[in-house]
Amino acid sequence: MLELKNVSKTVGAEVHIHPCDLVLQRGTLNVLLGPTLSGKTSLMRLMAGLDKPSGGSIHFDGKDVTGLRVQERNVAMVYQQFINYPALSVYENIASPMRIAGKDAATIDREVRKAADLLKLTPYLERTPLNLSGGQQQRTALARAIVKNASLVLLDEPLANLDYKLREELREELPRLFAASGAIFVYATTEPSEALLLGGNTATLSQGRITQFGPTIEVYRRPVDLNTARTFADPPLNIIELTKRGGQFLRQDVEAFAVPAHLAHMADGPATIAFHPHHLALAPAAPGAQRVPVRTLISEITGSESFIHVDFAGVRWVMLEHGIHDIEPDRAIDIYLDTRHLMAFGPDGAAIAAAPAAAA
Amino acid sequence: MARIDLDHIRHAYGPRPTSAKDYALKEVHHEWNDGGAYALLGPSGCGKTTLLNIISGLVQPSEGRILFDGVDVTHLPTEKRNIAQVFQFPVIYDTMTVYDNLAFPLRNRHVPAAEIDRRVRDILEMIDLSHWADRKARGLTADQKQKISLGRGLVRNDVSAILFDEPLTVIDPHMKWVLRSQLKKLHRQFGFTMVYVTHDQTEALTFADKVVVMYDGEIVQIGTPAELFERPSHTFVGYFIGSPGMNVLPARVDGSQVTIGDQVLGLDHAPDIGSAAKVELGIRPEFVRLGREGMPVEIAKVEDIGRQKIVRARFAGQPLAIVVPEDGEIPTDARVRFDPAAISIYADSWRVGKEA
Repeated sequence: MLELKNVSKTVGAEVHIHPCDLVLQRGTLNVLLGPTLSGKTSLMRLMAGLDKPSGGSIHFDGKDVTGLRVQERNVAMVYQQFINYPALSVYENIASPMRIAGKDAATIDREVRKAADLLKLTPYLERTPLNLSGGQQQRTALARAIVKNASLVLLDEPLANLDYKLREELREELPRLFAASGAIFVYATTEPSEALLLGGNTATLSQGRITQFGPTIEVYRRPVDLNTARTFADPPLNIIELTKRGGQFLRQDVEAFAVPAHLAHMADGPATIAFHPHHLALAPAAPGAQRVPVRTLISEITGSESFIHVDFAGVRWVMLEHGIHDIEPDRAIDIYLDTRHLMAFGPDGAAIAAAPAAAA
Repeated sequence: MARIDLDHIRHAYGPRPTSAKDYALKEVHHEWNDGGAYALLGPSGCGKTTLLNIISGLVQPSEGRILFDGVDVTHLPTEKRNIAQVFQFPVIYDTMTVYDNLAFPLRNRHVPAAEIDRRVRDILEMIDLSHWADRKARGLTADQKQKISLGRGLVRNDVSAILFDEPLTVIDPHMKWVLRSQLKKLHRQFGFTMVYVTHDQTEALTFADKVVVMYDGEIVQIGTPAELFERPSHTFVGYFIGSPGMNVLPARVDGSQVTIGDQVLGLDHAPDIGSAAKVELGIRPEFVRLGREGMPVEIAKVEDIGRQKIVRARFAGQPLAIVVPEDGEIPTDARVRFDPAAISIYADSWRVGKEA
């Protein structure tokens, strides 16, 4: 178990990490999700012992490791850039941490072959990394992290430089590796879809703060504040400032749509309402669907899905529809909002909890 | 803007190529329309950057010719081709203001000052940097600098084509959405001929009218996003477009009957598989219906990815991916049906069908 207690990091006058608490259990995968410069790498460096926290303490399995250097901890790291020894074969690259640890030849051979098999590198063991594709190079780096048998494995955007199809395959393999090893895995990414595909737990980061930590799908479905909701949305979240008056949400004194049951307990007054693009539709298919008049801006078609950009009362929204919908721009149409999934936030950005009985 | 003819182009990086294997780019023979938005999409090493470099003049093809509006430009250097280029990383003048960075290509061509001002302000608006016009480029963030690069590529309207080489790589995911739709709007408005290289399918499919899918030095399909999705002409296209990609199952075809493992399906036509050594059935995860009726399937894993669920299953001894909507139900004794209209049959990796 890795525990961060009130850990912070300042460099000069700049705060890189605001005081934070985090507990990560063994055998779990933990995603750090946030945009560039939100503190993901800073936090990982603190966890690894590459940097010393300015305040607070770090504990591993109950032992205080705050002052311990990275060499004295049992940590493995994989970076966005593929880092391997160019002169060594894939076999020797994977074997290197065990050679340093003084393992015997039979153990090394067994472990290298096991890791190579897991990461589909067996045919390439005799090649040098530069004769491999990017995906194979990164798999070599991953295999080396695996055989190190570290209790903490830190992966800093490890798939960012790979083709998306390779990323898709590795993402599928990774949770399997994590489950098998019993180590604590920490995985940094800027992409919400990557966090969702990996599953596990997610900590969302924004400007050096951990805004929420919990099971990935929970954080996605029930963000604690608007910032977290925004960080965890791709396509971007649709957001609108409305005023609640009785059973209606108003936009500049004009009725926008009715307040759904799960938000009926909200106090009257201004609120920020947000929802995901797939909760808008061209047809009233969902039970909670309410009609909203919009003006079309542009449609983007991916084949399986269409992203239709629309303007609602001066606010730009994106609608995600299944199938092909090439809609003429600048037309007035009616679309349907599945209000069962609306999220509401108060003036301070904090989420307004859904009424438990009516929760969607 | 110009029509681009790629006339029997082949390219090998090594000297004296002998077999097809020596060519990084196998034969490309196509005509790209004036005002078209083309995306070159494929994995690394597929030849897409080689093809872009041949169009821009950075690479001279080993064989064949390239024509802009019928004029042979094969041996013209980049600067004589009248093209604008946007690269993966920003290329701007740090010591100039944002405004001057954008005005520079126009001043170079002696465009009247009033016209320059109008065009630069339009572009500044589009890339959302109007308030930064008088700032020196030096202090800007990487994605602001890249927005200037994009703007510079778009500021001239007299170029033959605008070439983009993975231009949104360094842009923040949320900003990508804005810039992509701006590019699309601009294309609608001005009808530029655009060629856009990317390995990101969302970027390619949302940007282009025609997507050129490349694999192993070859163009395997040129089609609209809908065509690539509904009728992938090669199993590679089926796999590469879509996430997860198409399910490709080894099959046997007898007339209009397809056998996969112990399951038999009827088609509404008899595909002409000729004497193919390898026959496969392709069905996209979006068109596999999970319910209580149909063929038996064994569910291995359900991945809840928020707006939909990806079900990983085994069907007739083969792995099968199924997409289920957010509120979709997954019955305990699940069975599957394949939407008959969405089934493709592949003979030696190429699609055969009613149309073929």
